[in-house]
Parts: sequence; C-alpha cells; structure tokens
Amino acid sequence: MEFFVINVLNGLSFGLLLFMLSAGLTLIFSMMGVLNFAHASFYMLGAYFGYVVNHVLGFWLALLLAPLLCGLLGALFERWSLRRVYAGGHVPELLLTFGLSYLVLEGVQIVWGRSVVAFTLPESLKGPVVTLVSEPNHHLSVFGRWQDPALWQALCDSSRQSAEALSQCSPFPMNRLFIMLCALMMMALLWGVLNFTRLGLIIKAALTQPQMVEALGHDVPSVFMLVFGLGTALAGLAGVIGGSTFITEPAMAASVGSVTFVVVVVGGMGSLVGAFLASILIGMIQTFAVAIDTTLVKILLQLHIQLGDSWLHNPVLNLTLTQIAPILPYLLLVLVLIFKPNGLLGKKP
Amino acid sequence: MSALSRSRVWNAGGVWIVFAAVLLVMPQLFSSNFGLTILCQIGIVIVSCVSFHLLLGEGGMLSFGHAVYTGMGGYFAIHALNAWGKGEHYIPVSLLPLVGGLGSLCLAFFLGFVSTRQSGTTFAMITLGTSELIASMALMFSDFFGGEAGLTANRVTGHAVLGITFGPQIEVYYLIAVYCFVCVLLMYLFTKTPLGIMLNAVRDNPMRVGFIGYNTLRIRWFAFMISGFFAGVAGGLAALNFELVNSEVVGPVRSGAYILFTFLGGIKAFFGPIIGAVLLVLTNNVFSSLTKAWLLYLGLIFYISVMYLPGGLASVVVRHLEAVKTMARLQGIGGGAGGAAQTAFGKIVKSYLLLLLTLLPLMAGVSLIIEMLYQLQLGDSISSDFYFAGDAVDPQNPWVWILGLIFSGLCTLLFNRARLYTQQAWSDFDEIVKSHQSALEVLQEAWDGVQHKAEDEFVPEFVHESADKSTHQPTHQPTINGGQS
Amino acid sequence: MSPNALEIKALCKNFGPTKIIENLNLSVLRGERVAIIGPNGAGKSTLFNLISGQFAPTSGEIRLNGRAIQGKAPHEINRLGLARSFQVTNVFPNLSVFDNLCCSVLWSLGHGYQVLARLSALKDVSERARSLMHSLRLSGKRNKLASELTYAEMRALEMGVTLGSGSDVILLDEPTAGMNNTETSQFLALMLEVTQGKTLLAVEHDMGVVFGLADKIAVLVYGELIAYDTPHAIKSNRAVQEAYLGVAP
Repeated sequence: MEFFVINVLNGLSFGLLLFMLSAGLTLIFSMMGVLNFAHASFYMLGAYFGYVVNHVLGFWLALLLAPLLCGLLGALFERWSLRRVYAGGHVPELLLTFGLSYLVLEGVQIVWGRSVVAFTLPESLKGPVVTLVSEPNHHLSVFGRWQDPALWQALCDSSRQSAEALSQCSPFPMNRLFIMLCALMMMALLWGVLNFTRLGLIIKAALTQPQMVEALGHDVPSVFMLVFGLGTALAGLAGVIGGSTFITEPAMAASVGSVTFVVVVVGGMGSLVGAFLASILIGMIQTFAVAIDTTLVKILLQLHIQLGDSWLHNPVLNLTLTQIAPILPYLLLVLVLIFKPNGLLGKKP
Repeated sequence: MSALSRSRVWNAGGVWIVFAAVLLVMPQLFSSNFGLTILCQIGIVIVSCVSFHLLLGEGGMLSFGHAVYTGMGGYFAIHALNAWGKGEHYIPVSLLPLVGGLGSLCLAFFLGFVSTRQSGTTFAMITLGTSELIASMALMFSDFFGGEAGLTANRVTGHAVLGITFGPQIEVYYLIAVYCFVCVLLMYLFTKTPLGIMLNAVRDNPMRVGFIGYNTLRIRWFAFMISGFFAGVAGGLAALNFELVNSEVVGPVRSGAYILFTFLGGIKAFFGPIIGAVLLVLTNNVFSSLTKAWLLYLGLIFYISVMYLPGGLASVVVRHLEAVKTMARLQGIGGGAGGAAQTAFGKIVKSYLLLLLTLLPLMAGVSLIIEMLYQLQLGDSISSDFYFAGDAVDPQNPWVWILGLIFSGLCTLLFNRARLYTQQAWSDFDEIVKSHQSALEVLQEAWDGVQHKAEDEFVPEFVHESADKSTHQPTHQPTINGGQS
Repeated sequence: MSPNALEIKALCKNFGPTKIIENLNLSVLRGERVAIIGPNGAGKSTLFNLISGQFAPTSGEIRLNGRAIQGKAPHEINRLGLARSFQVTNVFPNLSVFDNLCCSVLWSLGHGYQVLARLSALKDVSERARSLMHSLRLSGKRNKLASELTYAEMRALEMGVTLGSGSDVILLDEPTAGMNNTETSQFLALMLEVTQGKTLLAVEHDMGVVFGLADKIAVLVYGELIAYDTPHAIKSNRAVQEAYLGVAP
C-alpha cells in the first residue's frame, strides 16, 4: 500500500516538474507560434545561475533571482534575435532556437566546466517530510517530519529486527513536496495573472488577434517579449529546483529537453491543460516503471504462461522496466500519435 | 531575377558532366590516405545531406531525426554484410547500399505515417521524439544494435567481380562516387517530377494544395519515404566504408550536424547541401582538431547565418553568378548600361576587399578571447602552454584580456562600417539593374526560347498600368488588338 | 444527374455558442452565375469555407451534383468538381507562374503522385497550363516568380490556379478585392471569358461586378439568406434595402 502511495507522490512531483517546464514552452508556443528549442537550455541556465546565487546569497534568493535572470536573457534574445526571423516563418525560428541551444551549451561549459557542480538544497529541504511505516501486522502509520524521530526509528532500523518482524519504511522526501508546492504555486500565479489582471487580458487577446490588440494601442511586440521572458523564467525556476534536487551538469538540458517536447506534443500543441495531463501521465509512467522494475518474462511467468526456452532467455523480454524507462515517453508519443494525431487535447490546426 | 533554383546560369547537361568529372579526378588530386578517406566521407555525406534537403529545402519539413534513416540504413547493411560473409544469401557487395536504402524506406513508411500527419513545428518535434526513441533503443537492444561497441563486418566477402574486392580504399571510393552521382542525379530528377513540384507547392502553401486536388499528407509521406530511402543508401555506403556502425550513427548529434551544415550550405538551391556536405566532413576531420572551441564557432556561424543569410552559401554563389550574367546582358543592350553596371560591380568587389580587411582582424581578436576562455576552463586537459597563432600567450594575464577586448571592439566597429559600405554598393548595383528592368525582361524571354505569337504579346491595360509604376522607363510592348484565346 | 450543381439544405455552422450560419437553403442550377452579397461579417467567407471543405458544418447538407460533400476534405471535394479562389491571394510564391498553373492542372489530368516522368515531358500538362496562361494574359510572365508579380497579375494567377483543375463549379471569393475601377472592369471581362459555361458563385462587394456577372443574387445577412432572386428583383427588394440602408423606403 505505502509503495503505491509513495510512488504516486513521486510520480506526481516529477510530473509537476515536467509541467513547470512545459508550461513555459506551451505559453510561448500558443502565444507566438514559436517552439523554443532552447527551452531546456534556459532550464540549465536557471540551475547554474541558481548555483551561483546560492553560493553567494543563499537558496531562497536563488529561487527568486535565477528565474528573473533567465527571463531577462529570454526577453533580450527575443528582442535582438528572434524578432528578426519572424518573417521567415516557423522553420527559421526553430533553427535559431536550435542554434541558441548549441551556444548556451558551449557557454555553460566555458564558464562552469564540463563536470557536475555541487548545487544542493538547503538543510530545511532535505530529508523526509513524511515517513510511511508498514509493520508486519499490516498496520500502516504515518510519521511526520515535525514528530520525534525516535517514534519510528526503532521500526525502521532493520539491523535490530528479525527477518519475520521486518517493517517497511518508505520516506517521502521533502524536496519532492517542495517541487509540488512550487509547481502548484506557479500554476496558481499563472492562472491568476492570465484571468484576473489587465496584462493577462492583453496576453489572451494578443493570442488570437495580435493586430487588433496593436491597433488598440498596446505594444504587442513588447507583449511578445514579455511572454517569451515569462516562459523562459518559468524554465529557469524549474531549473533551480531541478538542478538542486537532482543534478546540475551540462548534459541536463539534453536529458530533459526531449521529454519536454514529447509532453507538449502528447498533450496537444498549445494546450496548457493538455501539457498538464501529459506531464502527470509521463511522470507516473516513468516513476512506476523504475519502481516496479520487473521484466516481461517475469510478468508472463506470474500469469502462469508456459514459455519456451528461447523466450525465457530472449534478451528483449528480459529487459527490466528500469532499463526500458528512458524510451517509455517516446513510445507513448508514437502510440498517442497513431490514434490521436493532434495529441490528447490538441485542436485541429 | 529568376528563381534561384531555376537559374539559367546552369546549362542543363553541362553541370552533370562537370560533377562526374570532378568525382573521377578528385582521387588523383588528393591521393594520400587521409585525402582518400576525406573524399569517401564527402561522397557519402553528400547523399545524406541532399536527401535531407529533399525534406527541408524542397518540402519545408524540418526533421530533427534524419540520422535515424542514415544510421538504420547502416545497421541493415551491416547485418546483410555479415549474413553474406557467412555464406548465406549471396548478393554482390556493391549492391549493399541498396539494402540499407530499402531498410530505411520501410522504416520511413511506418514512422513517416505517424510523423507526416502533422506539419511544421509539430512534425519537427515528432521527428525529435522518434529519433530519441531509436537512439535509446540502440543502447537497449544489443542483439540488433551491438550495444555500445556497435557492429563490425568485413566488406571483402563473396566473389570479386572483375577483380574488384573493395579491399583497397580507392575501390571503395569509386563505388561511393558512382552511388553519389546516381543518387544525386535521381534526387535532382525527382524535384522535376509531378510529385517533386507538388512537394514544392506543399512547402510554399500547404493549405492551397488541398484545394487543387492533392492530399497534402500523402505528398509529405511519399517525400519522407523517398528521402529515407536515399538516406539509407548513404548509411549503407558508410557501413561499407567504415565496416562499423555504432549507436552514434543514429544519434541526435549527427542529426544536428545534418541540419546545421545543410542549412549553412543553403536550402534554397539544389547544390547547397553539396557545399554543406563538404563543410561537414572538413569540419569533423580537419577543423575540429585545429581548436577546442570549434563547436562554439560552428554554433556562432550557424546562429548568425539563420538571422542574416537564410539562403546559406549557395545563395551567395547564386547571387553573384546572377549579377555576372545580368552584367553580360546589359552589355548586350548597350547604351552605357553595361558600363554603368560594371562600375557598380567593381565597387562591390572593392567593398569585399574592405570587408575582408576588417573581418580578419576581428576574427583574430574574437578567437583569441574564445581560445583563452577554453584554455582557462579546460586548461588542465590541454598542455599548459597556450599558443595562439604561433606565439605563446598567457591567458592569466589580465592585460591580454583587456587589449583583446578593446581590439575586438574596434574591429567590430570597423567591420560594421565595411558591411554598410558593401550593402550600399549592392543596392547601387540593384538600382542600375532595375532601371533597365523591362529591356532585360525582353531579353530574358528571347533567351527562354518561348515562341511568341502576336497575341501572346498583348498585355492588357490593367496589367500594364500596375507594371508601369515599378519601372522608370515606358514599356516597349506593342499594343495589338485581339487577344483571342 | 441532378439539375442543381450545388444544393445547400438547412446549413448551420456554430463556433462555440456563436451562430455564424443559420438554416441556410440555396440551390444553384448548372451553368448559373450567382453573386453572394451582404454586409461584412455576414458569413460569406464561412459559407465558402463550408462548401469547399475547410470546415465541417454543425448540421445541414451540401450536395455537389447530387452528391453529399459536407464534412469531406478539401481535396476530396475538389476531385468531385468544385474549386475555389481566395480573397487573400493564395498561390505558391516560390514557383513561377507557369509552375503554379502546372500544379493546378496536375491532378485533374490524372498524374497523381507519380515520379516516373519529368513534368516538362508531360505534354498535356504544359498544353493546359499554357492555354490557361494565355487566357489570363500572363504568357509574358511565364517564368516570373509568383511573389514578384504585381497585385493584379497575382489576382489573375489566383483565378488561374482555381480554374486549373477544370472544375465545373467555381467559387470566387472577392476576386476583384483591392482593385481600382479600371482594373476591376478588365478583370470582370476576364472572369466572364474564362468561366464560360461553368457554374459560378462569387462573393463580391463591387456592385458593378455583381450586376455585370450575376444571373442571380443571394443576399446574406447575419448568417441568414434574406433574399435570392434575379438582380432586378433584388434591387427593389425591401428586406435587402433595409439591411443595407437600415431604413425601409
């Protein structure tokens, strides 16, 4: 039982992190029709900027300043480079952001080197927030971080227990909860800005009728710049959190980049709700695949299906789910596209 | 000015003879081992890049996963070669690339069905996803892909036809040359077929294509398969050449390289990707060993190209050839037109010299900074002495930085001036050409060899009126009554 | 075969809660020329989009030569014999005039997706394209890129691309949009000439063109057909006057 709960929570937190990334991408895409290939690069920049600010001013200021820096860079990029290629259509836009991703990668390596940098969370965010303990008598208890650890230490110390009396202790890390809280706050903020502020109204209007909005006296190019900056700032925020929770290294952009694009396509290009659904779905699939970690052969054997020798030893069927996990999002992509070419919630163009 | 890709500068047959001659003669010029290796790679990559151009340049489809089709072609070919080596199903080794082609064609059939139902950005993202899928699978299914080490084979198998075993590199080169020539020719001819021209139509205006009776998705899918086939042939050639395939051949780095260099070569002209292919091979084999910062330079050049030179190097070549041709025609018109044009063109050439004069020091300054950055960051992995242009420079010395930055700044300003001067020289030239526009058009029609009957020269008033506004001289078209169709 | 080239029954189109077309009924006889007029926002372009397959109707029926075509894809409808032009010129900018026209005739001449013959070797294609170019008075611009034509030439090419498929039912969406008086009268003469014998539906704002072209006029106001009659009858139609002038005389 606790296995299921923990993994659902883990899957949710990973999915929400993905959503933080894909939300910015979707915002830029639905607003300007531009798919920012360098979006994951801003994620990486957020992590590195966060690392620097963390070193000097602490984590919480890093959480504030790094995204702002990313947003600023994004806005400048839009103003000085992207704007020049709008006239050429979507292909030059993609190519330009593709080129930017190369440059950011090289730039990051020049400044911070090729290896991992030590960007870690502050103490207050380390350790478990709740621990689920499942005792041998099937009694499930939940222990919070604020409680005296002595309460469950004895139960979790497996060296002092006999094999039959083993309890299962599953901690749910604080950093995962932090990711979830940040993502939810971000969603709330975004929803609030878009639906309750004048700026949000202008953005939504410019989404469908940019010329009209311009005719009404609003500076649409500046709105574009703002939205692009907002999108990259969101990526930067995800970067601070992701970089400190997981790892900060030059390869982080590539590893998370393609999954983000898969999320956006599976969810339906331009749909925030679709991106949300797809992020959660992929987050869950990845987490459970790694957690369950069985092979197809084992599953078939458990179902009491007789297998021939060649099947039993077939290397493909003996791949563990953990090994397959990296390609699951892409398999999902192909599957969804076969049946729903516009993604889960996409509209026909 | 006529369409870049239809430039009358090329005499239809002549170019192909020159191309074939170059392919034949090259190994005589570069007969060293290294030279031959480079030539072989260039031949292979030409086929890859031209097949990529079919998608991007002709069809407007940006694929982020082209390496999947070249790479998988290689894998299919290697498996076939190994099977033939064991004596099963013998077919001449020279036909091996076709195995790669057919394999990739099948793959493109299935993956293309999923990818080509979307256009533009979504298509690009789907190709990215499928490319990651295959690249990840390459490390997972080691039976087919050989894991990290990859697969090897021996190309010297089976009977030697006419004594050709494909053991020596020169024999492989000529095989590659033949395939390169035939494939490029076939792909060129494809662009002239009904499907080829409809592919252009899809690139230009996909929405309208439906309204003239064609299923846009079908056109894209077929083009995707054809591109995949030729990409697979290139992969098969590579398998033969290197006798090795590993997970890199389907990887995102290679796909990225195809995009980068095909674009730099030029996607608006058919010969653009050929230039791009040469650049790709030279960069990977020569430039990358000159400096650690080559990826940064490449990224910068690409970035600047996308903004300021969207037609790539090919567009530069075509623009100049067109200018020369126009000058020759203006000579034919007489009345000082030719002379004026020549003076203007001379000014352009002069401006290029200035441009070069300011560009070289600018590049020196910028690359000094960049090289020093790399030395500082990755210094312990390179020798501790840092040499720039033959002189030892100490990157720790702040003065070098300050002077370098100031120098680069000044050069940037000078370069900008030179650039503006060049722009002015070109617009002056274009002005002169424009002022003789109508006369040139008459000449153009005569050159095209279109037989005009009297009725065809009738240009009704409303078309006339609008045209007048764009020329400085009155038009000379005869006004004839009639216009019977 | 049904005498009606185009039959529209109870056509409705909603975008969300907004009703753009409401219960439209229209029949066009073969060979008839119908002009569709109405104030802006009346739904004329939407009607064309519904007929030509760009949108599917919310409800209702559209029959082309007796065959139901509502909800079909544009290329399917074109193959059944209907072609349309666009208000904003919608040709292939990087292809020459000649190539544009070749593209438009290819499918109807049965060449499909073939790769075995060069386009220049297909005599029927070049013949048809050449004669189209000739009737559009564009022969002198044969190798010019479509993007380099003047506005009037582009409108002519736009019509040419529409006519290339040889469809019997032609929809022209504001063909003389943006032209001055001289250009308009020239274009009208051209239109009459090249669409001889075809069934024509044209959305127009220029009354000179409307009366010069139409056998029948359909008046569309707020998505509803308020009148469909001969030009003479429309001139004196009260409802039409009200819609345009806002007052009953």
